[in-house]
Amino acid sequence: MKYVKESAILFGITLVGELMNLLLPLPVPAGVYGLLLLLVLLCSGILKLDQVEATGNFLLEIMPILFIPAAVGLMESVDAMRAILVPMLVVCTVSTIIVMITTGKVTELILAFGEKEVREYDEHHKKDKNNSNRSTGTNKNKGGR
Amino acid sequence: MSAVQSSLYLGFVLSLLAYLFGAWLKKKFGWAILNPLLISVILVIVILKIFHIDYETYNNSGKYISYLLTPSTVCLAIPLYKQLELLMKNAVAVIASIIAGVIASAGSIFVLCTVFGLSHQEYVTFLPKSITTAIGMGVSEQAGGVVTLTVVCIIITGIFGNIVADAVFAIARIKHPVARGLALGTSAHAIGTAKALELGEVEGAMSSLAIAVAGLLTVIIVPMISGLI
Repeated sequence: MKYVKESAILFGITLVGELMNLLLPLPVPAGVYGLLLLLVLLCSGILKLDQVEATGNFLLEIMPILFIPAAVGLMESVDAMRAILVPMLVVCTVSTIIVMITTGKVTELILAFGEKEVREYDEHHKKDKNNSNRSTGTNKNKGGR
Repeated sequence: MSAVQSSLYLGFVLSLLAYLFGAWLKKKFGWAILNPLLISVILVIVILKIFHIDYETYNNSGKYISYLLTPSTVCLAIPLYKQLELLMKNAVAVIASIIAGVIASAGSIFVLCTVFGLSHQEYVTFLPKSITTAIGMGVSEQAGGVVTLTVVCIIITGIFGNIVADAVFAIARIKHPVARGLALGTSAHAIGTAKALELGEVEGAMSSLAIAVAGLLTVIIVPMISGLI
């Protein structure tokens, strides 16, 4: 019954998200409402991770496949695209690379700045093991790999 | 052929097999261009063309695949929850970089549209291209864009982001998992997040968060800048 229960919970949350999307006058899609709802339920302890994790991980694993039908649908839009194909492709590719680099670099700059502050703070207070503090910042982030 | 036309499982099986084939190719050769999603999309289109199956027939079962997208998006809360501590610790970096990404998106689209001399309608059609389809469609419609073309741009952007991420991260030397996740989610929404989840749990969590935040920020920023062209 594990998967039945998990599916009931996850699809139930999806349903609530869908209803919120239909009833509330905000431009928030059903999936984002559901995401926030599931996050709140997990954080508040109302739901435990192991009550949704098996089915949840299945849905996350198949996620790329779920985009195939929509992407195959591009073959239907060939005529609409033809007129502005070149500018469209240039905008989509160039702008995506710019956004990716900007976001990533700004994150790294701020993180590096934060770590530097921690380091200076440690040095200022003459903590004897500032080496260990310095490395926690970078090591912890490799945890998820 | 009519049996094929009325099949409810053909599109489903075709999509799964095409993806498995794409994943196998990628594993065998290891080239970034052999992105399983890209391979499977091309493969499905080619097969549909060869056997004269129209998209509608394929989508009879394809729509049940798309149907799972919303619950799958909900599940992005799981990696996010697991990495919540890391998120809180880096809250400033997270928010600032997503804002920077959204501004970079609007700014670069404005510049490129000016260079190409595009119309207002084309400009606002492109503006929501980096955010998730469900939000992007509404943004495009509100601003007076062509919604179907916006969807095309969103999908092209997502797949492109998914493919180039490894190369961009290597060339720009973006190494931090938090930075990689935020970059993927902000630039290439959910399709980029699928890639982020492959990179690791931290990347996946940050990317999931970026979809929601970047989407909502874009809703706010587009009406402010849509009058520029």
